[in-house]
Amino acid sequence: MIDLSTYGRPVRLERRLVARVTRTPEPDAACREELVLVSDAPADAWGDLAGYRALLTTRSLAECSGVLEATPLPVICEAKQVEHLRTGDVIALAPRTGHVRTLLRPESPNNALLATERCNNYCLMCSQPPIDRDDSDLVAVNIEAVRLIKPAPATLGITGGEPTLLGEHLFRLLAEMRRCLPTTHVHMLTNGRRFAWQDFTARFVAARHPHLTLGIPLYADNAPDHDYVVQARGAFDQTMQGFHQLARFGQPVEIRVVLHALTVPRLVDLVEFIYRNLPFAAHVALMGLEITGFTKPNLKILWIDPYDYQAELRRAVEYLALRGMNVSLYNHPLCVLPGSLWKFARKSISDWKNIYLDACEQCAVLERCGGLFKSAEHQHSTHIRPVPSSVACEALA
Amino acid sequence: MPRRFQPPDAYGHPPATYHLLPFRFIALDSELEILVNEAGEYLIAPSGTARAVVRRSLDTRSDLYRRLRARQFIFDDQSSPLLDILATKYRTKRSFLDGFTKLHIFVTTLRCEHSCHYCQVSRQSADRLRYDMTEETALRSLDLMFKSPASHLTLEFQGGEPLLNFDLIRFIVPRAKERAAALGKGLDIVIATNLALATDEMLYYCRDEGIDISTSLDGPAFIHNANRPRPGGNSHELTVRNIQRARDILGIQHVAALMTTTRLSLDHPTEIVDEYVRLNFRSIFLRSISPYGFALRTRAKTGYETERFLDFYRKALAYIIDLNRRGIDFAEVYAKLILTKIMTPFPTRFVDLQSPAGAGIAVAVYNYDGDVYASDESRMLAEMGDKRFRLGNVHQDHYEDIFGGERLIRTTQASVVESLPGCADCAFQTYCGADPVFHYATQGDPVGHRPTSDFCRRHMAIIRHLFSLLASEDTDLHRILFAWIRERGMQDIVAEAAA
Repeated sequence: MIDLSTYGRPVRLERRLVARVTRTPEPDAACREELVLVSDAPADAWGDLAGYRALLTTRSLAECSGVLEATPLPVICEAKQVEHLRTGDVIALAPRTGHVRTLLRPESPNNALLATERCNNYCLMCSQPPIDRDDSDLVAVNIEAVRLIKPAPATLGITGGEPTLLGEHLFRLLAEMRRCLPTTHVHMLTNGRRFAWQDFTARFVAARHPHLTLGIPLYADNAPDHDYVVQARGAFDQTMQGFHQLARFGQPVEIRVVLHALTVPRLVDLVEFIYRNLPFAAHVALMGLEITGFTKPNLKILWIDPYDYQAELRRAVEYLALRGMNVSLYNHPLCVLPGSLWKFARKSISDWKNIYLDACEQCAVLERCGGLFKSAEHQHSTHIRPVPSSVACEALA
Repeated sequence: MPRRFQPPDAYGHPPATYHLLPFRFIALDSELEILVNEAGEYLIAPSGTARAVVRRSLDTRSDLYRRLRARQFIFDDQSSPLLDILATKYRTKRSFLDGFTKLHIFVTTLRCEHSCHYCQVSRQSADRLRYDMTEETALRSLDLMFKSPASHLTLEFQGGEPLLNFDLIRFIVPRAKERAAALGKGLDIVIATNLALATDEMLYYCRDEGIDISTSLDGPAFIHNANRPRPGGNSHELTVRNIQRARDILGIQHVAALMTTTRLSLDHPTEIVDEYVRLNFRSIFLRSISPYGFALRTRAKTGYETERFLDFYRKALAYIIDLNRRGIDFAEVYAKLILTKIMTPFPTRFVDLQSPAGAGIAVAVYNYDGDVYASDESRMLAEMGDKRFRLGNVHQDHYEDIFGGERLIRTTQASVVESLPGCADCAFQTYCGADPVFHYATQGDPVGHRPTSDFCRRHMAIIRHLFSLLASEDTDLHRILFAWIRERGMQDIVAEAAA
């Protein structure tokens, strides 16, 4: 678990700022323009503050006031804590609330830009419930973050909400990523519906990043079942047409299936449908449920213990792998999977929300295991238990 | 204000009725039937399912209904029929037609030192002038071959025994490569040879030029030598020794073998398979004998009933599957090709079983004398005196006349299963093909009469047999079949897929 936000008391912070963290004073004032000095040391350790974009400190306003009179700059003081912030992190400082959100961490494999909080689906198990308000200002924040991040991260996600709802703004963001981060592998999560329109897909492909894959969810082999899960009529037809438009333009796609009580019973039918209708998919990810967001109110209709769907999972994985399709299991601790499926399991949970339970310390395959979501700390499979080394040896033989 | 979540029936009540998309069906046995949609997706279902579908008496809440809808047998008002996607799948299945003629067979000589009973065309003669292709003919043939729009071409040397005119092969190969390079086309080169006359020098030439060898092996010595007489009666011994020599020089993956089934073969399915396994081949292609040339004339010696062939085929296939279960990676190519059509969304490059037929539009034969034929079988028929499928001559006719002429158009028209009587309604249509040359040779008419057609009987029986294998829930068997389809060993498949 890693904290990705903190808050403090904003002073002279009139608009949202995006800046790159430095934990030690930058001696050359000319190199401070993109930087926010982050410090919990006393003010006399800061040096002169000329040229920084902002200051973020745990110190009180009173302690800061002296230096600030000399150099007026935007400040968040009295921050709750700043221990999680490292030199190089890109953060956003919010006016009024004093909220400090980490946007990017150069060393992390789990960076993602939140493109928008709006969505045209309303999935029963959405982990990031949509908010229906105009948040097109996020684009400027994201573009600035892309400009600031150094060194270029190996991978960078774009998530939402539904990024394609941004239209032009998404193309601008992608163009900026192509300019600033040409070697980064970009992975965008989208419901794929907007790609049903060929002209949109054509423009997207023209603007896209050279190393871009799209992760698109599919929950059933038919419209009523899929549309129910995503709570949107017509979504299945559009997503399916979107997949095909993208394939026509040679855009690599990944199919994502969240496993829960509504998708597990016909999982084998779904993967058969995928092989017949979407054989061009670069990857199929079968994903364990994250108990957060909308999953909580809908848990009664969604919950199935992963331990109880091993048979379906085994058949689905074998079906795809036998046909040469690239298949992975996300978000499944190894102890709920049969040993034969371990090789398909990936450590998929982002570091900042990834936990292991106390029981896990005794486990022989802890190193290989992706663990649990933080949200699963108190609500998870009843079969989480240490794997004894005898079982591990047999499974890994 | 958050929205409320809607119940399932807000996204689709069980529909009152539904609509049909094109599909065909056939009984598998007394309890099951096979339904196949326009893109070759199938469903094995209880007998009576097709009737229920058509009569609109399906339970629209059932799993079977969902399955039929997902496989585009039917659609309803809950969603678009996704016809674009069905069309894409159909197009993908037919994409073997892209690029037009890809396989170009050059008959560099008709001369051969073997005198096989089933051989269609070969001559035991020293008359080079009469039976060898000239350089001039070869050059004109190359002109035509490289007019094909295909981006990847295969050049196959056949005979007779093509090694008897190896100088011409040396003449053609660099020129073919030059043209391919200039046009940016891919080029594979194969020599179909009995290897009896292969010198080390020839084999090194093949290695250096990246030429593959395809040879003939009919089984163990007592079958092979009986089928393939040559002076000395030592064809088998020579073939086995030469396969090894060719492998040593070219590498094992560059030397393939084909077997021809004769009446004698029919009693020995396991011995033939064992011989291929013994010689470290990874597959066998259980081909039935063709009815042309000497084969037709010597029917008493090699002819046999289709039923006997099917019995042989099923026995051999069962034996091969059993070998795989015992850990020996070995595929039956015919089954592999048909299973690829059935079990995957992709086409095959198998020109002998497609619709429209491959004759002329997938394969062309340039005979030693400059005549161009629609297929190997077409020139065999011509050797028997019937030049019906002679498309033209490299010295007299233009590409457009040969490959766009009335003869080829008529032949192709007679080979579209979607419109052939007996095929148009057949559930196996997508997996099968037409053979106008065969039907002309055996029934006097390129369209042919399906109920009395050996071609039809054979393919119906084989495809049905493969479906009966698919109907079993035998996981190991499915793994074996996909190992064949993907040309992988079971170890790889299991290591990669076993879940």
